[in-house]
This record gives sequence, structure tokens and C-alpha cells, in this order.
Amino acid sequence: MKIGVIAIQGNVAEHVNALERTLAERNDRGEIIPVRQSGLVPDCDAIVLPGGESTTLARLMWKEGIAEEIQNAAALNVPILGTCAGLVLLAKHGDCQTTRTKQRLLDIMDIEVRRNAYGRQHESFETLIDIPVVGGAFPAVFIRAPAIVRCGDDVTPLARLGEYIVAAQQGNALALAFHPEMVEDTRLHHYFMDMI
Amino acid sequence: MDLNELRHGTELLKRGFAAMQKGGVIMDVTTPAQAVLAEGAGAVAVMALHAVPSEIRKQGGVARMADPQIVCEIIDSVTIPVMAKARIGHTMEARILEAIGADMLDESEVLTPADEFHIDKTEFTVPFVCGARNLGEALRRIAEGAAMIRTKGEAGTGDVREAVRHTKLITGSIRSLKGKNKEELARVAREIEAPFELVEETAKLQRLPVVNFAAGGVATPADAALMMQLGVDGVFVGSGIFTAENPEKMADAIVEAVNNYDKPDVLAEISKGLGDQMKGIDIRTLSDVETLQTRGW
Repeated sequence: MKIGVIAIQGNVAEHVNALERTLAERNDRGEIIPVRQSGLVPDCDAIVLPGGESTTLARLMWKEGIAEEIQNAAALNVPILGTCAGLVLLAKHGDCQTTRTKQRLLDIMDIEVRRNAYGRQHESFETLIDIPVVGGAFPAVFIRAPAIVRCGDDVTPLARLGEYIVAAQQGNALALAFHPEMVEDTRLHHYFMDMI
Repeated sequence: MDLNELRHGTELLKRGFAAMQKGGVIMDVTTPAQAVLAEGAGAVAVMALHAVPSEIRKQGGVARMADPQIVCEIIDSVTIPVMAKARIGHTMEARILEAIGADMLDESEVLTPADEFHIDKTEFTVPFVCGARNLGEALRRIAEGAAMIRTKGEAGTGDVREAVRHTKLITGSIRSLKGKNKEELARVAREIEAPFELVEETAKLQRLPVVNFAAGGVATPADAALMMQLGVDGVFVGSGIFTAENPEKMADAIVEAVNNYDKPDVLAEISKGLGDQMKGIDIRTLSDVETLQTRGW
């Protein structure tokens, strides 16, 4: 099993570490591959889009030709996990911020997102949110986090916080507004690996 | 913690914010237009200033935090995080910049120090980045609550030499901690004037416990790639972009160089035809009072 972590920028090492811990807990063997250029994604059995700055990630993903490869993988039902900025990139519809910065999204999930929905770094927070598919309360870290403001019919919301949806799934694509790779709890990584 | 109860300003959130910057380029900007250009080039954040460090050098006098009006205008012009500089030890400049919504503060030797002590950064909700020349300095700043470290280098010179030296000093010191027992680590802690717990943690991790960027003299795509190859998590580019002949090309090129730092053939393409680069100052021609890196302890 090969899991590709898009390693252009952001919380890459933390995702690699969380995936390795999850593999060890499952007694699974797998290879985690950092992806900074094209040519690697087609060989992967799952893809992770970490958090970082979505404008930076989008620009370099299209420039390096990784974006099209991820779209092709998604069309073949390869499981894809997007966290924070990764959630923004998975979306079909952005907001005024993504429009102004001419950010090209991947259009993999029928969701509309709002960048920095909870405000600036001063307003970043930790909390416990209820995620029924992993058995309830989950420690969630929101850093200048985006949120989902609207889901299409094929999308299942998995968690909410206040007025927004903060976790959702469409087929084998999983979008999270927070950072499961920054906590010890690996339940969401297990949930993701169950799709492979 | 109760369900849906929100906690702000925790260590995890501060260090987490810094971690989101990894693999990225943070650019000094002085106007909203420059900030928009930096964002378009793929900068992960901008540092809002009233003048770039090479200008601050030329102007002389007391260098203070930027006019909050400028910082606010830059905040309103981009979607990426906006950082701002406060003087070493100037708790009130830091409070003002926090109040207007800066995402991270740089307690910076580029500005004139306001105290011999540094700010107690644990008291703030906003995360801080601090400069360091060696492991002791880096760990003292982390003990004060810094969520991110950058090399001091020698800001405003466009000469990368000091950034290289500081990076190698820090990584070399960390390497030398390997295999040391508790009492040997305690001796190191005493020698470098850093808390034992942080020395022990660094020895175990074999890297700094927080994100570590290069800064102070990084001016070209090749400079940025050199620093990445030395193992830093990302780069700050100060005067190098907006004192270049073509800032847009230079900004694009430095962002791409960081992503391709280990591919000389790609770097060659990226480096072609960028126009005149920052003229710079050879560090050896600076007198002691002109060096910024000796500010702070």
C-alpha cells in the first residue's frame, strides 16, 4: 500500500507521522510517499492533502502538474483526505477570497467553502467536536480554519460546529476543516485507511 | 474540555500556526500592492513593515514598529497570514500589533531593542517568531514562548553568509547532543544558558522543538535553495524581492526554488533572466555598531 502525502508546503511531517502511527496500530505495511512533483500520484493507493496556505498549494500544484493527477485519481475512486487548506482545495465552490486570489480548486467534492471562516490566528481554537462515525467526541484543532457552508446532495456531513459543517465525505473523498494529524487520536486516520 | 468549548492561544495552536508555514516563503512588504504581489507569487505569509531592512539600515535612527495603519491596510488586502515586527522587549508594541489582528509577531533585531530582556511571549494569544544565532539563543527564546525560530543572519545586507553560519552552528550543536547522557546534557545546558528540559528535548528530537526558518540576507532563488538544503523549514526574504529590478519575477522564482531546492536543473531554469538583483552589502565591510545580529542575547 502506498499513501502519497502532497508535500509542497505545510503540515506534511505531522501527517506522515500520524499515518505511520496508524499503520503500526493496524499492523499494516505501507509506504508513505512525500509528493512535490508530478509522476508519483498515479502509483498511490490513497492521497493526503495537508494543511498549509491554500493559495501557495494551489499555485504550485497546478504548476507542477500534480493537480490533474489528483483529479484523475479521484475519478478512479482513490481515497483522498484533505485537511484545512486541503479541504478548500477539494471543493467545487470557493468564496470571495478564493475568487479574488484566482485560486483554482480541484472540484472533487460538491461543497462550497469559506476560507478563514472563524477569523484570524488570534481566533484559532482547540475544542472537542462530535463526530458520530468515529464514535463521538474528537479533539479538533482549528487554525485559521475554513468551513463548509453548503453541501451538494451526494455529500454527507460528518460533523458540525456552530453554523458550519467542519467534516464531510463524498464517496472516497474526506474533507476536514481541522487537523487530526496534530493530536494523538488516530481514529480519523483509521476511518480514512478503511476506505483503501 | 467540554464539547464545543473553545480554547484560544494554546501552545499547540501557536506552534501549529508556525507548522502551517513550513516549506514556504515569507516576504517583507511595505504596501498593500506589494502584499498582493507576494500572495500572487505564492508566499505563505507576508511581514508588514514601514520600510524593508536595507532601507531601515540606510535611514538610521530608532527603528520602531510599523504604523498600525499600514499593517491594517495590508491585513485587509490579502487572505494569507500577515506578520509584523515589534522591538525586542517592547511588550506594548506587541500588544498593539496583536490587537489589530497580526497573525504572528516577530520580536526582531531589525528594530531598535527597547529592553535588554525579551518579551514574555507566553502571556500572548498571538504566536511569536524570534531570531537566533546559536542553539542557546534559540532555546532561550523558545523558553520565553516563541513558537518559531529563524536565524538572525544579517538583515538588509543581501549577503547570505551569516544565515548560513547561524544555521550550521545550530544544526551542528544539535548533532553534538547525540548520545550524551543526562549529566552531559546538563553541562551543555549550563554552558549555552538554556533550560535543561529544552536541551534534552532537542537532543531527543535531533532538531529544534519548533519550526525553524532561515532569515537575514536571503536574496535570490539560489540563496533560498541553499538554506533549504541546509535543513531549514522555510525562508524569510526581506529586502531581496522589492529591491530587485523585477520583484514579481523574483518573488515567483524564490517560491519555486524552495519547492525544487534539491533539483539543480530546475533551479537553473528558475534563475534565468531575473534581471538585476539586490545590490547588497558585503558583511565584512560593516562596523560593529552596524551589525543587527548582536541585538538581544
